[in-house]
Amino acid sequence: MRMKLLSLFRPTQGRACQILSRPGAFLLTGAFFLAAAILPGRSLAADTSRPVVFAVGTSTYDTELLDLLLPDFEAETGTLVKVVAIGSGQALAMAERGEADLVLSHAPEAEKAFMARGLGSGRWRMMTNDFVVVGPSSDPARVQHAQSAREVFQRIERSEALFISRGDESGTHMLEKRLWRLTEHPPPPAARYIETGQGQGMTLRIASEKGAYALADRATFLIQVQVIDLEVLYEGDPILRNVYHLIISSPENGPRVNEEGARQLARYLLSPRVLGVLEEFGRTRFGRPLFVPDAEPFNMDAH
Amino acid sequence: MQLILEAIREAGSRLLSPDSDLLSATWRTLQVSGTATFISLLLGVPSGVALALYRFPGRIFIVALINTGMGLPPVVVGLFVMLLLWRSGPFGALELLYTPSAMVIAQTLIALPVVAGLSLAALQSLPARLRLQLQALGASTLQTAWLLSREARLPLLAALMAGFGAVISEVGASLMVGGNLRGSTRVLTTAVVLEASKGNFASGIALGLVLLVLAYAINDVLTRLQQRGRERKS
Repeated sequence: MRMKLLSLFRPTQGRACQILSRPGAFLLTGAFFLAAAILPGRSLAADTSRPVVFAVGTSTYDTELLDLLLPDFEAETGTLVKVVAIGSGQALAMAERGEADLVLSHAPEAEKAFMARGLGSGRWRMMTNDFVVVGPSSDPARVQHAQSAREVFQRIERSEALFISRGDESGTHMLEKRLWRLTEHPPPPAARYIETGQGQGMTLRIASEKGAYALADRATFLIQVQVIDLEVLYEGDPILRNVYHLIISSPENGPRVNEEGARQLARYLLSPRVLGVLEEFGRTRFGRPLFVPDAEPFNMDAH
Repeated sequence: MQLILEAIREAGSRLLSPDSDLLSATWRTLQVSGTATFISLLLGVPSGVALALYRFPGRIFIVALINTGMGLPPVVVGLFVMLLLWRSGPFGALELLYTPSAMVIAQTLIALPVVAGLSLAALQSLPARLRLQLQALGASTLQTAWLLSREARLPLLAALMAGFGAVISEVGASLMVGGNLRGSTRVLTTAVVLEASKGNFASGIALGLVLLVLAYAINDVLTRLQQRGRERKS
């Protein structure tokens, strides 16, 4: 009887179920995966400085600019940069909670409020481009003939056209809300006003599918231009200037803010070398640079 | 239509000369989902077996909880794990957010109820008399559990496949706790989301194909094991 039981334990019941009849091999495979998942993180944490969490607007992230800039920084300083792509409003909120160390934002009013509350230990202008109003080439609201951005939004409001909003407290969304306020009318009723809650690229594609108007930063529009059926219908009003600032989160925002790392990264991003890259970035692919470098010199004491 | 054809053609050429981004996302997918599946097997199979074999107070509650968990939305798991791993959260000192380890934790939580629930079902589908017979033959508690699990190994393989399938295809939690960092926490599903948001449909399709092939290859191996096991058994 005992023999019979033992024979059931024997791993010779057939190759078919090797994986289960040889728990050892199975465990080894698993342990390999486990080690592979955990070890790289450990060894990096052991011999280099703490990573910097860098919160960036989705519109900047989608341009792949940071993929170009950050590897050099990481190689030279040994500091790992964790880029989180979210809207500027959410990025500032992350910094306020001490979850992000450095923010690249394009929402000047929210940034000023952030600094006024003492939540940032430094803010520098880095680069600019502009916002454009895009829509179907048929231009049902006739915004092409508008004299100002305010008039563009008045015309959209008065027409029957759809407007697609980011609706995510991003820099673009904040400017859009400001423009609606300027029209002294509420935004169009819900039937003609759609909030996507998604990044700029997805928002543009939804606008394209629905033949609707939208506000977009120039860089994202150029990236998407081949897969969307929208045109730039209005540009040039000074209010549509799009300014990007770097903001260092104050160490008082949380116990684990990496201010030193944020400072290193900000200094690098404002260096002449990076600004030289910016001047050419996108020229070959889009025929024009996506951003205009316009950096304030990095000086920690001045702020 | 033109766009789709072009995208597929471009995807093909990207697959023929894979760049480091594609390879690293593929490797990371295998690593993270493999580890998560492995841990959920270590924890899930024994719990499923225990729940099948023993009666104790609160058992029904736990089984109902597991059954609910089998349909747990990944984004909810992602949000939950993110709140725990935040710098200001209870495990903030570990600085695990936006690392592959954070993704393993989230994916383990997703796979665990699937594995435990299906293991429970696998054991319960065995004839009840088998257990009595084993006990009559003098098997100890652990021996009984082990022998019954062996008997149910084919449905247990199905539990493994279901758990792995749940995590390799998951995107919500990986995006939230991993952050989709290039070369570090970017897996195939999050890379597809990124490429689609950038309008690079060809890259998105290429990545999607790799994911499908990968999932197929692994399930093919497991299915062969399962079906050959079945033939031997009968």
